[in-house]
Amino acid sequence: MPDAFIYDHVRTPRGRGKPDGALHEVTALALAAVPLSALKTRNHLDPALVDDVVLGCVDPVGEAGGNIARAAALVAGYGIGVPGMQINRFCASGLDAINFASAQIMAGQQQMALAGGAESMSRVGIGASGGAWAADPAIAIPAYFMPQGISADLIATKYGFSRADVDAFAAESQKRAAKAWTEGHFAQSIEPIRDVNGLTLLNRDEHMRPETSLQSLGSLKPSFAAMAEQGGFGAVAIQAHPEIEFIDHVHHAGNSSGIVDGAAAVLLGSKEAGMAAGLKPRARIKAFANIGSDPALMLTGPVDVTKKLLKHAGMTIDDIDVFEVNEAFASVVLRFMQAFGVDPAKVNPNGGAIAMGHSLGATGAMILGTALDELERTGKTTALITLCIGAGMGTATIIERV
Amino acid sequence: MKTVAPDLTQFTLTTDADGIATLQWDMPGKSMNVFTDTTMAELDAVIDHVAGDPALKGCVIVSGKPDSFSGGADIRMLDGIAERARENEKTLGADEANRLFFEESRRLSLLFRKLETCGKPFAAAINGVCLGGAFELALACHFRVVSDDPKTRVALPEIKIGIFPGAGGTQRVARLVATGDALLMMMKGEPLKPQAAQKLNLVHAVTPKAEIVERAKDWIKAGGSAAQPWDQDGFKLPSGPVYSKAGMMVWPAASAILRKETQDNYPAAKALLQSVYEGLQLPMDAALRVESRYFAHILKGQVAKAMIRTLFVSMQALNKGARRPIGEPATSISRIGVIGAGFMGAGIATVAALAGIDVVLIDRDQASADKGLASADKVMASRVAKGRATEAERAAFLVRITPTADFSALTDVDLVVEAVFEDPSVKAETIKKAEAAMPASAVFASNTSTLPITDLAHHFSRRSDFIGIHFFSPVDRMQLVEIIMGKETGPKALATAFDFVRLIGKTPIVVNDARGFFANRCVLNYLLEGHLMLHEGVPPAMIENAARMAGMPVGPLALTDEVAVDLIHKILKATKAALGPQAVDPVQEAMLTSMVESHGRFGRKNGKGFYEYPEGAPKRLWSGLSEFRTQALDPDSIDIRELKHRLLVTQALEAARSIEEGIVTDPREADVGAILGFGFAPYTGGPISMIDGLGPNRFVALCEALANQHGPRFLPNAQLRAMALKGERFYP
Repeated sequence: MPDAFIYDHVRTPRGRGKPDGALHEVTALALAAVPLSALKTRNHLDPALVDDVVLGCVDPVGEAGGNIARAAALVAGYGIGVPGMQINRFCASGLDAINFASAQIMAGQQQMALAGGAESMSRVGIGASGGAWAADPAIAIPAYFMPQGISADLIATKYGFSRADVDAFAAESQKRAAKAWTEGHFAQSIEPIRDVNGLTLLNRDEHMRPETSLQSLGSLKPSFAAMAEQGGFGAVAIQAHPEIEFIDHVHHAGNSSGIVDGAAAVLLGSKEAGMAAGLKPRARIKAFANIGSDPALMLTGPVDVTKKLLKHAGMTIDDIDVFEVNEAFASVVLRFMQAFGVDPAKVNPNGGAIAMGHSLGATGAMILGTALDELERTGKTTALITLCIGAGMGTATIIERV
Repeated sequence: MKTVAPDLTQFTLTTDADGIATLQWDMPGKSMNVFTDTTMAELDAVIDHVAGDPALKGCVIVSGKPDSFSGGADIRMLDGIAERARENEKTLGADEANRLFFEESRRLSLLFRKLETCGKPFAAAINGVCLGGAFELALACHFRVVSDDPKTRVALPEIKIGIFPGAGGTQRVARLVATGDALLMMMKGEPLKPQAAQKLNLVHAVTPKAEIVERAKDWIKAGGSAAQPWDQDGFKLPSGPVYSKAGMMVWPAASAILRKETQDNYPAAKALLQSVYEGLQLPMDAALRVESRYFAHILKGQVAKAMIRTLFVSMQALNKGARRPIGEPATSISRIGVIGAGFMGAGIATVAALAGIDVVLIDRDQASADKGLASADKVMASRVAKGRATEAERAAFLVRITPTADFSALTDVDLVVEAVFEDPSVKAETIKKAEAAMPASAVFASNTSTLPITDLAHHFSRRSDFIGIHFFSPVDRMQLVEIIMGKETGPKALATAFDFVRLIGKTPIVVNDARGFFANRCVLNYLLEGHLMLHEGVPPAMIENAARMAGMPVGPLALTDEVAVDLIHKILKATKAALGPQAVDPVQEAMLTSMVESHGRFGRKNGKGFYEYPEGAPKRLWSGLSEFRTQALDPDSIDIRELKHRLLVTQALEAARSIEEGIVTDPREADVGAILGFGFAPYTGGPISMIDGLGPNRFVALCEALANQHGPRFLPNAQLRAMALKGERFYP
């Protein structure tokens, strides 16, 4: 079986996903085209070598709808010969785009592909694509649908993470992200967003709050208590996990992922394709997996999928040097570390989405890139990237430097 | 000019000088109009007639009954359709039976659709109650006017008996009313007053009773449209499309609230929600087909069958006197004595006075009796505050209750009910004192919950006039009363007790004398099971949640607190003293002894029980309960379905034993009694319906599996085993 290699990766800085965010004036299409265009330029890539562009997007409607990948590839100058497809596995879409494209290369059916994701949350809006899962009683009732924040609170309650625990984790994420930026850990991989005149709109993750402290987090009110009470979702959570008497609503804006705009892409190819393009592989896609998990807990998929993937790859948790576990909510990562007993220093060493934000469709590709940069920076070999996913799923990928 | 459509037996059709027809619905020989096959056929003919006669401008539908429009579809007819479908399946095969059933079960829906699309304007003029299918008829009319009469109410109450509005109700309400309100209206099924209905946009006008027909005619004369809003171009749904920002504010929460309120135990509620969700995304005819499909599916289901039987047919039969002794003359109860002005006694006095009965409320001294009156007044004051009674009614109510310490006030009562302390000697003394004062024609009833009626009757010289009338707490809210027959209780006492219970608007079941009678036996089993689960190491919250998810209103630990931990402990001790140590569970006994004697935890009454009761905050399970567990089980390893089974099966089995022992003689009473008395999972139709629904053979297998796992308390009784072998059921 051919290997799929990572030749390069690029991400945009993440803009605050609100009307006052720096990227609000940048269309989803323009945003998606940035990393594609940067990969082409940086690698002097001949578009004729590229077989496909796969982009994840979670709310692919309006300007982000109708297959944004093909449109972005055309805008990025890949010419009419490079097709595109958009996929959606909610929050893991960016990682799954990479897995999907890698699978084609590993199967020998494609030679080179770009994969990643894009999400303009400030312009399209979270949940804009609707969906039966939340609204159709035929699935919402049996699947114990509830907003993710309530699932995150349920995880904290079930597995015993207090408000102090989740706040401490959030403060650490901010600290690590600030340090990573100060020390230039992301420098190689960030492609600033510029306007038509070449003026920089954003060159740094806008959502970070390096001044965050336990005290400042402590003053924030729980975000999901009222929704749980008035919307009936608290009762749903308890019926799904009836050993619980009361949900402890520990999550708030400061220990949940930020809503941001952003895009990222990875250049993948076979050995031969890399040689043809004159590129040196940086890492190999070793293995990947997807799984369905308890839809009520919803966000514990990283635990289940990591078990599945390690087994599939014939590895143990100790074989992994660096973990990127998407910080959708603090309890997600705390549960991951609890389940495997891993050293917190190995997990999200450069901070995560609590500090820098989670641009849904793009994050998977962003954190894969972050993991690779970290392996290179520290001289280590193996990283596992995983994300929790709406409706109770998990996706994970293991990469290995070559 | 008067035109008469052919063969009208339930309706009269007249036409006025303006060419407006009035269709008056007045079923002969019935106090209330209901939809039957004949009604449908005649209404169908009327629609053709009105639509086809060019001289007619439109039609007003009105009731000929003085106080009501109609009670809706004949529930027995609906149930009959479902029964026929079950029969047809055996002879015609599933496909053909289903096809016939679908057609038959949507006749009313098609008829109403025909009415609203016939091309002539129809108006409903409503006075009095207008329920279910009748209100669905009104909704299909192009104009609805209701009278402002205090008796006028509109409602779609189908959900209460396990079905849902299936004649277009879900679609029309959801096209008239904002989605959240529409769902609430149909999910609760509560009657709406005229103004509330108008505020919701369910009716167009409210006028005095005498003007409803004129108001409806005026609307037709003014050119009222024969097209419903939803059949006109440019119609917009009141809450916008399902898949819109507004829709996303409603729909996810709708499913969550449904689960919160029903624990996903009521298929009809789910089907209702699904019909609205799907229907709002379709044009009307397709939407009605979708509603009909779900309606057929629900109508044929076990839950609807069981709920209709118990909560409609059986309850009505019991209320109408199915168990009143035949031939016993009607009794007259205008004045009663209540002895013991504590919580129960005051409650009994309250419900009696509310029903217009004079009450002598006796306690050991005037102050105690006055206290009883004060607590009766509290109930009434809260009714006034809620707008359910007037100050004048409250004054009249208070005059009916005479608090006193003097037994001689019993000289002219028709019935005495004692509710004194549950102590045999206190009871004995009370009975003797009462007998000395009361008329020789009056019946004596004890409200004891623990002492055998036959024994108490020994203190009364006229033993045939001695009976048990067992109320549930709180008396003003609990709908069930157990009438307890002592060995020597006679038919006159039963008739008197029965008539009294009906006078105060409650539902009686007649039970033979035995420890715990019927309801408390089942409840004690339920509590025991909860206590044993705690001992096994099931997390306390999981016990309580499993109980609620099984359909019980209150978990066994919370219920122990409500009843009082020390009272249950006392009952256990008394049972042990009377029947020997094997009659109680040693684990439970040790647990309750520790709760009461070591920890002073008596329940809600002293703010300390299985729960803590912090001031101004919701109660929380006591952390010290871990003392009672033998181990801490991993909740993810516990089968929640088994917990639910245990909590229901232990009660159902006790109900079956009660029938075998002759304590309850009619399965209808066991079912109605269990649902009204202690809230036994209503979706099952009651414990006996639950057994029948599963089939005794499967129920016996379930019991045996539970007995294997959890002990012989789950072993099925001989009668159940025999029924399982022979394939018999409790209900025909």
